[in-house]
Amino acid sequence: MIKIQVNNREIDANPGEMLLEALNRAGIKVPTLCYMKDLFPTGACRMCVVEVEGAPGLVPSCAFPVREGLKIQTHSERAVRARKTIVELLLSNHPDDCLYCSRNGECHLQNLSEELGIRQRRYTGLKSNHKPDTSSPSIVREPAKCILCGKCVRTCEEIQGVSAIDFVGRGSRTVVSPAFNRGLNVSSCVDCGQCILACPTGALTEKSKFKEIFSAINDPKKFVVVQHAPAVSVTLGELFGINPGVDVAGVMNAALRRLGFDRVFDTSFSADLTIMEEASELFHRIKTGGKLPMFTSCCPAWIDFMEQNYPDMLDNLSTCKSPQQMLGAVVKTFYAERQGLKPEDIYVVSVMPCTAKKYEAQLPTHSKEGYPDVDAVITTRELARIIKMRGLHLESMEPEGADTTFGERSSAGKLFGATGGVMEAAIRTAHYLGTGGELEDLKVKAVRGLDGVKEAKVKIGDLEVGVAVAHTLGNARKLVEEIRNGRSDLHFIEIMSCPGGCVGGGGQPIGTDIEAVKVRMKALYMIDKDDELRVSHKNQQVQRLYDEYLGQPLGEKSHHILHTEYSKREVDF
Amino acid sequence: MMRPDTANIDRMSGRELKAELIPVILGKAEGMGDVLRILRREAVSRPTIFIGMGTCGLGAGAAATLEGIKGYLKEKEIEADIVEVGCIGLCACEPLVDVQLPGRPRISFQHVTSDRVHPVLDGVFSDSLPEDIRKNDVLLQFEPNSGDEPWDGVVTMKKHPFFGPQTRWVLENCGNINPSSVAEYVARGGYQALARTISTMTPPEVCSQVEISGLRGRGGGGFKTGLKWKFALEAQADQKYLICNADEGDPGAFMDRAVIEGDPHRLVEGLAIAAYAIGASKGYVYIRAEYPLAIERLKEAMKVAREMGLLGHNILNSGFDFDIKIKEGAGAFVCGEETALINSIEGKRGMPRPRPPYPAARGLFGKPTVINNVETLANLPILMRNGAEWFASMGTAGSKGTKVFALSGKVTNTGLVEIPMGTTIRQIVMDIGGGVPGEHEFKAVQIGGPSGGCIPTSHLDTPVDYESLKQVGAIMGSGGLVVMDEKTCMVDLAKFFMDFIQRESCGKCIPCREGTRRMLEILQRITRGRRNEKDIEALERFQGVVYLERLGQVIKDTSLCGLGQTAPNPVLSTLRWFREEYEEHIFDRKCRAGACTELLHYSIDQDKCIGCTLCARHCPVEAIMGAPKSPHYIVADKCIGCGNCFNDCRHGAVIVE
Repeated sequence: MIKIQVNNREIDANPGEMLLEALNRAGIKVPTLCYMKDLFPTGACRMCVVEVEGAPGLVPSCAFPVREGLKIQTHSERAVRARKTIVELLLSNHPDDCLYCSRNGECHLQNLSEELGIRQRRYTGLKSNHKPDTSSPSIVREPAKCILCGKCVRTCEEIQGVSAIDFVGRGSRTVVSPAFNRGLNVSSCVDCGQCILACPTGALTEKSKFKEIFSAINDPKKFVVVQHAPAVSVTLGELFGINPGVDVAGVMNAALRRLGFDRVFDTSFSADLTIMEEASELFHRIKTGGKLPMFTSCCPAWIDFMEQNYPDMLDNLSTCKSPQQMLGAVVKTFYAERQGLKPEDIYVVSVMPCTAKKYEAQLPTHSKEGYPDVDAVITTRELARIIKMRGLHLESMEPEGADTTFGERSSAGKLFGATGGVMEAAIRTAHYLGTGGELEDLKVKAVRGLDGVKEAKVKIGDLEVGVAVAHTLGNARKLVEEIRNGRSDLHFIEIMSCPGGCVGGGGQPIGTDIEAVKVRMKALYMIDKDDELRVSHKNQQVQRLYDEYLGQPLGEKSHHILHTEYSKREVDF
Repeated sequence: MMRPDTANIDRMSGRELKAELIPVILGKAEGMGDVLRILRREAVSRPTIFIGMGTCGLGAGAAATLEGIKGYLKEKEIEADIVEVGCIGLCACEPLVDVQLPGRPRISFQHVTSDRVHPVLDGVFSDSLPEDIRKNDVLLQFEPNSGDEPWDGVVTMKKHPFFGPQTRWVLENCGNINPSSVAEYVARGGYQALARTISTMTPPEVCSQVEISGLRGRGGGGFKTGLKWKFALEAQADQKYLICNADEGDPGAFMDRAVIEGDPHRLVEGLAIAAYAIGASKGYVYIRAEYPLAIERLKEAMKVAREMGLLGHNILNSGFDFDIKIKEGAGAFVCGEETALINSIEGKRGMPRPRPPYPAARGLFGKPTVINNVETLANLPILMRNGAEWFASMGTAGSKGTKVFALSGKVTNTGLVEIPMGTTIRQIVMDIGGGVPGEHEFKAVQIGGPSGGCIPTSHLDTPVDYESLKQVGAIMGSGGLVVMDEKTCMVDLAKFFMDFIQRESCGKCIPCREGTRRMLEILQRITRGRRNEKDIEALERFQGVVYLERLGQVIKDTSLCGLGQTAPNPVLSTLRWFREEYEEHIFDRKCRAGACTELLHYSIDQDKCIGCTLCARHCPVEAIMGAPKSPHYIVADKCIGCGNCFNDCRHGAVIVE
């Protein structure tokens, strides 16, 4: 521990750490725009500059290692004026359309402008003129609003290892863009949406289909069904001032009904269904000498990543559709038959913590006879926006249950929201399918937690199954490369593209960080701990679906409705 | 064994050169005295013609001159050697052709375009330079060697106003030797410093010597070279790198190009010495792709050096390994900044990284790296040959040795000059440069390129050293020195540099990217005409100077790299010395230099105008009215200040104010 002097008071600092970390710990707030915790500082935005005695210029605290005896002024006139000027300069090249911007109220630039007390348009001049890119089904880029902090670029490259976007051009003509200035849709973007969470402004947002959803709701001929993903209920509350980590599934169901949806289903139901299919598929592959290891297929960004980067390994992917698509598919087949509805009159909306689900829903492989399994996807953020638009008060609503048939779920299905959750659910059911008995301790500790890659050996009767769990595509790539290079001790691997899994998804609230992810994960494990139904194979409605309609897991009907296929995807870069 | 003469040494393979020259380098050659004298051209056995074939010479037509000379020799059946040399520095007089006749000192001729070949060579070969040749073509003669019969009435190099006051250390061989001949370099003492350094000194000793010599980086920052090396030497790593920064990007700077084109082995030797000092086994030369000739020369030199065992594995049996790779830059100015340069070599986008960590601790591919500029490295052979004390005896207290400047602009002798540190700007511009040509009046020099500043007449006696230049708001920079006369508008000049900088900003940090653009726009507003100006624009114009200073200060204070931190200098320094010109532009709407054409006011002298209608017909906006044969007048609101009428009028009737 060393001592440094900040604003004439002494504070402690750890040798070797950056000044900003020491300041943050001491409760001294220095604004930042490009700072990303745990990544090497780029020093691009210069917002965190402070005055260091003896240094000729101002010093960026994010990239300045502390040393004994430093004397620092964080809010001297010179430092504050510099920060203010930087924000004024950014504003001078900004569209100035806050009132029309989807990030209004959640914009970091807006907040900084307020914090620094900017009340005058001091610098004026030409503004960069870049056209928005709406080519992607999930993500809209508006480079005119971009302040070039580079966080999206670094997220895409350093965390996801995808590098779909980078800086292009020089000087004031610099822009963040996919290769050749073409659309995101033809780039290597996998639609994970982590860049949206990283973006401090409205330069990256999800693509919304509100108008279409509302016209479906308002159309008396349409039977509008909504499903919500496991991670949404432990997150949505945050956007309504409810303590993080509280499960708001009940009030969310109520709110969705008030919004005019005819049925409210829980995607955790189809997560249970997925487990039945996936665990059976794993056993089938092991027994028949099929391709191993088998990778999970719940995460569409991951599937896209594989289709682009590892077309030679597509056979390793489980052919199971994701829970979102399975639910949509059974609604438009089994449920439609039972209710006497025509599939074309059913409109399925899903609420997901994810932007890639928007991409997944529009894939041709996920529609039958011209009817997509899922018609529209909204993110957690968008749901909150709609609820607020309709003047609903989540806080004062009475909790309600989801609708029957596809409303029942096990807590194993709920675990899908966290990294390792699919694996844990699958192990529980695989044990039952393999041995006929339940695991002694349903909690599989080895696959919980936030390590980038977790591995375990699981005993199922005489069989020892090697399993691994990875989150973020950067970690996934390491694992895939190992397997491509001949590693053969693994049988089953779960991959989620977003840090922490779906609870950290690209459709989650702006400001989602690793702390928020931890709280949401904890909430999911709390639900599981106290639940009465903790294994997918005991979900009565899932069993009924098999008995009455599908037959058995991997049966012909299942294969037809619940499974899909993959193909190589060519992109620019 | 047959001793080589100059002719067959040119035909020798690398292995043969090694056998002949390595003993010379090691000081163990015997009986080579005559050969070396010939290689040094202290005596020639037949006429030898030297022609400056650097990029500047080629630009002035040296290729055609060379053809002309070959044709001439064939026609007259004269047996003569032709030696293609680099640039000697006097670019204003290119193409330069020197002739050395047996028994006579080498004599230089200026402006020898192909049509002048015959008269000039006729004159020199007839041994009796005719009067008109003496008057127009002869530039100077080199110092006579013993026994030479000097040319009558021709000024010698030592007494020549351009060359006389210079001290040529780095440029000692430029323009004198054939850059493709390692033998000529060796004959002038080349590679001896390297041989001595790696066989008799330890790396820490070399670092100390360079530290004692006081050598500082010639690329702009002026960091102490020896100290930088020590940091890298002391860093623990399995691999260290040396990088030569030859990404010479300042407008008007071409010192590095001249050194590489004219004396490439000097750079190779300097690189090897530096690499030995810091313990690097790999070196990179990061050079602009726009310098094709320099790249070719350097590749050639590296190849020969490798064949001779002066590069590569176990150099001169010392156990020291070192080799060099050339990396061509794609023309981004910011890649001259060391961390951006590192990124570029690594194959990444050329954007600076924050420092610390400094490259000496964590540089190229994460390994300790030293980055030195061409001129710094080119100083090393002579420094190590003559010793640190010798080097330190030249210059001022804080700045030792010499500095090469590229002199350009409104000055008679444009070209490369190398002067001892401490020489005043006045000596460079007025004595060596020959002052401002014609009737014009000296106004200022701009020194240090886009990162530098202006020095007005009142500070012409500022000595060239790092600290003194900083005090007057300029920097040493890499050595661009642009002279300006009263026709140069300082606001316009600032605008030019600001435009350059904002284009070349890498776009990473906000103050540089956004701030330089806004500064440029303020300058544009100040120099724009008042026509159609809205009230708000007038207000913005009035605020101009205040905002320029405020922005300049913040950009300087907060930018990430050296490019940004010095970007406002051209504006701040002109504001410091020429504030009244800014105020004239803003408030009086006048440009005293007449450079900001939009601010000029044109009118017609009613007494002089004869009504010829020429101006009216040529006015692009029909702003000139009047009946034929009666005086015309200009409608001020329509006039765009293009100046066509002024240029067209044959009676001097158009008045500009």
